[in-house]
Parts: sequence; structure tokens; C-alpha cells
Amino acid sequence: MSACALRVFLQRAAVTRKAAHQTFSQTRAFPQCVTGSYTHSRGINTLTNSLRAEEKVTVHFLNRDGKRISVKALTGESLLDIVVNNDLDILDIGACEGTLACSTCHLIFEEAVYKKLGRISDEEMDMLDLAYGLTDTSRLGCQVCLRKDLDGMILHVPDVISDARVDSEKESSTAPPKV
Amino acid sequence: MKIHGLSSASRCLAAEGGVRGLSSSSGPRVCIVGGGPAGFYTAQQLLKDAAVDIYERLPVPFGLVRFGVAPDHPEVKNVINTFTQTAQHERCSFHGNVNVGKDVTIDELRQAYHAVVLSYGAEGNRSMGIPGEDLPGVFSAKDFVGWYNGLPSNKELHPDLSFETAVILGQGNVALDVARILLAPVEMLKETDITQNALEALAGSKVRRVLIVGRRGPLQIACTIKELREMVNLPNTRADMLPADFEGIAEALKDLPRPRKRLTELMMKAVKEGGDDKAEKCWGLRFFRSPVEVLAGADEKRAAGIRLALNKLEGSGESVRAEVTGQLEDVDCGLIISSIGYKSIPIDPAVPFDPRRAIVPNEMGRVQDTAGLYCSGWVKRGPTGVIATTMNDSFDTARVLIQDMEAGKLDLSVNKPGAQAITALLQTRGVRMVLFSQWEKINAEEEKRGKSLGKAREKLLDVDEMLCRAK
Repeated sequence: MSACALRVFLQRAAVTRKAAHQTFSQTRAFPQCVTGSYTHSRGINTLTNSLRAEEKVTVHFLNRDGKRISVKALTGESLLDIVVNNDLDILDIGACEGTLACSTCHLIFEEAVYKKLGRISDEEMDMLDLAYGLTDTSRLGCQVCLRKDLDGMILHVPDVISDARVDSEKESSTAPPKV
Repeated sequence: MKIHGLSSASRCLAAEGGVRGLSSSSGPRVCIVGGGPAGFYTAQQLLKDAAVDIYERLPVPFGLVRFGVAPDHPEVKNVINTFTQTAQHERCSFHGNVNVGKDVTIDELRQAYHAVVLSYGAEGNRSMGIPGEDLPGVFSAKDFVGWYNGLPSNKELHPDLSFETAVILGQGNVALDVARILLAPVEMLKETDITQNALEALAGSKVRRVLIVGRRGPLQIACTIKELREMVNLPNTRADMLPADFEGIAEALKDLPRPRKRLTELMMKAVKEGGDDKAEKCWGLRFFRSPVEVLAGADEKRAAGIRLALNKLEGSGESVRAEVTGQLEDVDCGLIISSIGYKSIPIDPAVPFDPRRAIVPNEMGRVQDTAGLYCSGWVKRGPTGVIATTMNDSFDTARVLIQDMEAGKLDLSVNKPGAQAITALLQTRGVRMVLFSQWEKINAEEEKRGKSLGKAREKLLDVDEMLCRAK
């Protein structure tokens, strides 16, 4: 399967999974991107929203190799969706496919932009706490949805744990080793 | 997850007649031992530059994603989609039901491939090393989790759940998973992929109180906040903590990094609020306690309690350690689960092994003193970390291997026969391999059986049955 087809496969799988959300644990909050505000309403999913919100907005990703990747994306999409749907060359993100079960879509925002973002849920914060290189303006990309007023924002893709660190306990003072 | 497109080396192979011609061409061939997350993530990275064969002891792939992740955490298992893509890549072959070390040796693999990567994880567990540990009623978390997750070697575990109190030693996420599965309402589990016999055993369980015991203090607890929050929110349960265990913790809060602070605050909230008094079940964390003996019942035939030594903490920061005080405490309980760590074991005498750290000694994934041999995942770094940790680690090993290929450290000028040779060898030894397409038949059967029970899947518990379905 080509990389492109893989992206579409994963995106479709994620949408199906969001629709089947009701059978899963009640403590999980799925990303529910609603234009203009963030709610956890189960009735609305991102597919519906991307049909309604046709506005395109520019987003810049500052990749780990220092290169900037700019993309025009639809409002209502989550930042993880944007990477997946546009097949951006950002590696190793979205392991759990946007279900708040990992922290690989960790992104760092500019401070002014971060302040404009919606409320962060406990569930997102819990997973974000495990992210390597956590900052005060970090969020999980799968939980942040694109809005018109975020046009032109620059997102920093943080480094992941590399084997330059000998002892996993020393990787981050914020994240204890865990299974 | 992004799977890379063709690298320049692979494009050359393609120009020469396509990757299907690899059996007769001289592309690099790599063998991976272990079909869990480490194996698959390592394979994913290597496929750009090599043909990769994965060997797995069980007929079924995915390792701890299938047998370790709790049934009520299905999102964590989404990585299986990525692994499936990897296995279906034309340059990748999965070979299940092959026991490396017994059916085929590492030396035989090294002769057939340019490089071998050990990704076989940690199938053993650390023992408590205390008297009474072998009494009926005492289980390792590895076995208990294996039991409810359908690991074939744990299908006859039959844990006796007719006792009111269970004590879990260890306070990592595995310990919390076990506690949650013991106390969760059956409604929460009945649509998951938990095995039917475990579901029925839990439905009839008399366990009402679970204590999760750690040798150090609240600030050293190893679990993460998501799992703790799940305990706090568990329906029909209340938290039963000892305020004395939390002396001095409130004062320490302000200096903690955010993740540790939030985790500690959640624990303190549970201490203060407790929960619904009418709740039928309870769970509690117990700190500063180390197990010293499992106590037998009057009939001397099974565990009836556990003796704990009380500790005090010495040192500070990352190096806080527990020291004995001499005080002891006995807890009556009929179910004891030790969750103090998984442990890797050596599978072949040809491979160096560090028995103290229970890992294969290595430098950045290159096995010490052995050319062409690499390792990734828990067998390389020890048995801690989430799937994403293993992902990054596996990518690191793959990068190092590719660097070695490009630097000429592996002799790629020699043609290696790869799976052709190994398959022939296995056939002469009467080993029946299971290919990925055959796993897919097992998978379909499990999903079908699950559907008739209203569950995500009903796992086959028996290797012979798996082999039968794989035909």
C-alpha cells in the first residue's frame, strides 16, 4: 500500500472509530472538533464539520530537521488530521490515531497562539504529561482543531527521545518511566 | 504513522526488475526475532533499505499489544493497524510459530541474513524472592495479565477469586491495570476482547478490596495519571488510603514538575474525598511497604496473607531509596499478585546476555562483541516504557543498522539466502510456519466468534487450534 493510501486508510479508520466511541470507556474523551469552540459533544464528528467549514487556513510546521512545512488546511480539522490528510513529512506521530492513548502528536505552539486555544481537558493533559520535552505551550495535535483565527500559526514539532540518552530515567525529569 | 516511500537503494532494486526479484538479487536481507512492537517498528524503518523477515514464536503476531495492553484500552491497540501495513509490505515477511533458539539457532539466522535484530522482549518476571512465593494464590502480574488477555501459556491459570482482599505488589501501570480489571463492573468489560473464561471468572469474583503496595512513597509512584484517574473514576468503588502515608506531601507539591504534581494532587484528592461510602468495592494505595513473606493459611496449603516490612525513605530526588525500619505488618488476603517488573531471558547461548540487568549488552542497539547482531525494545533497554518509547527505540536501532550498512560494516557484497534457507531448514525439522495471510484467517475467526458473543473478538487460546485455523 502506498504511503498516501495508508494515510487515507488510517483517516477512515479514525472516523469509524470516533463513531463507535460509545462502546468504549466513559473516561475517554475523543477529539471533537467543533468550529469556534471545543466541546466534548458526542453527536458531532470531524467529518460533519469539514463538510460545513470550507475555509482554508495556512499552517506552518517547523519540523525536527529545522525545515518549515507550510500547508493550507480546512478549518475544523485537527492538527493531526492535517498532517495525515496532507501526507506531510512529519514522522512518527499519531501512533494511537487520535484517540488520546499516546503523546506522539505533541506540538509546541507560539505563546500568543497557545493562549487563544480552547480549554484543555484532563484526559489530554494526562497524556500530554508523558510527552518528551513538554513545555508550557504544548498541546496534543489530535485535540486542537484549526480555526480561522489560527491562520499563519507556526507549530514546532518537538524532538523525540533519542538513544543519545543512556538512562531512560534521565530522559525527562517530568516523565517517570512507565509501562 | 508514516511508512517511508522507496529509498534510493530500493529504487535501484526496483529498476533492476522489481522487489519480487529479491530472491535472486543481492538486496540486503535482515531478520528480526520477535513479532511484537519492537519487531514491527524496527521492520518498518528497515523496509526502505532492506528485505525484512520477522520470526515470532507464537502463531499470532503483536506481542504485548495483544497480550499485555488491558482489554478496556482498545485505543492503545490501534498501532496494530500500522504493524499490519508493515507485515503486508512486499519486502516484509512474517513467520509465526517459529521458536528461535529451539527450532532454529541465532547462528543459522546470521548465516542466512546480512543482519539479525533481537526484539524478543521480556517473557519472564522478576520474582519477589520471599518465602511462600510459590504457594497457590500467588501470581505474577505477567501471568495474571496473560490469563485475562488469552496468552496460551496462561490459559490454565484458574486464579481463585473467591477471597475478599487482593494485594498487588508494585505500583506501575501494570499493577493498576490488574486492580482495575479486578474491580471493574462486568458491564465495562463484556464487550472487550477479554477472554470469555476470564470474564466469567470476574463476574463470579468475590474480590471487593484491592491494595496496591509500593516500597517507597507517593512521590515515587511509578504509574501514570491516566491509570490512576481510571481507578478514581471506577464506578461502585471508593478509595481507601492512609493519610499517614501522605505526611509532608502537600508541602512538597509546589516544587514538583507539572506531571508529577498533577499525579500527586490526584492522589491527595482521593485521600481527602475517598468516594461514595455506599460503594461495594474499594481500592487503596499503600506506601513504604515491602513484602517479606507470604503467609500460608491454617491448612498450610495456600496463601492466606502477606507480611510487609515498613520502610523509611533515605536520600532525595531521583535516588530516594527505601530502608527497613524493622516494623512489620500482616495483611489477610487470598490473592497476591506481584507486579514488580517483567524480565528478559537469554534465548540462545551464542548471544551475550547480562544476567544482572537482564538485557542483551549493547551499544546503541549494536550487540556487544558481535558483528551483524542488533537489538531493539525491552531486550535492549529493559522492560519499561510505553509503546511509543519502544517505537522511538526501534527506530534508533534501525537507523544504526542502516548507518552500518552504508558504512560498509556489514558485508552486503555477499548474497544471503534469507527466508528461503530458513524455511527449508524448518521444514526438515517439522516446524509449521504461519504466514501473515494465515494469521489473518485466525484473526477473522476470532472476530467472528467475538461477534456472536457481542465482543470485539474472542481470542483462540490454544496454539494447536490456531495452527488448525491457519490452514
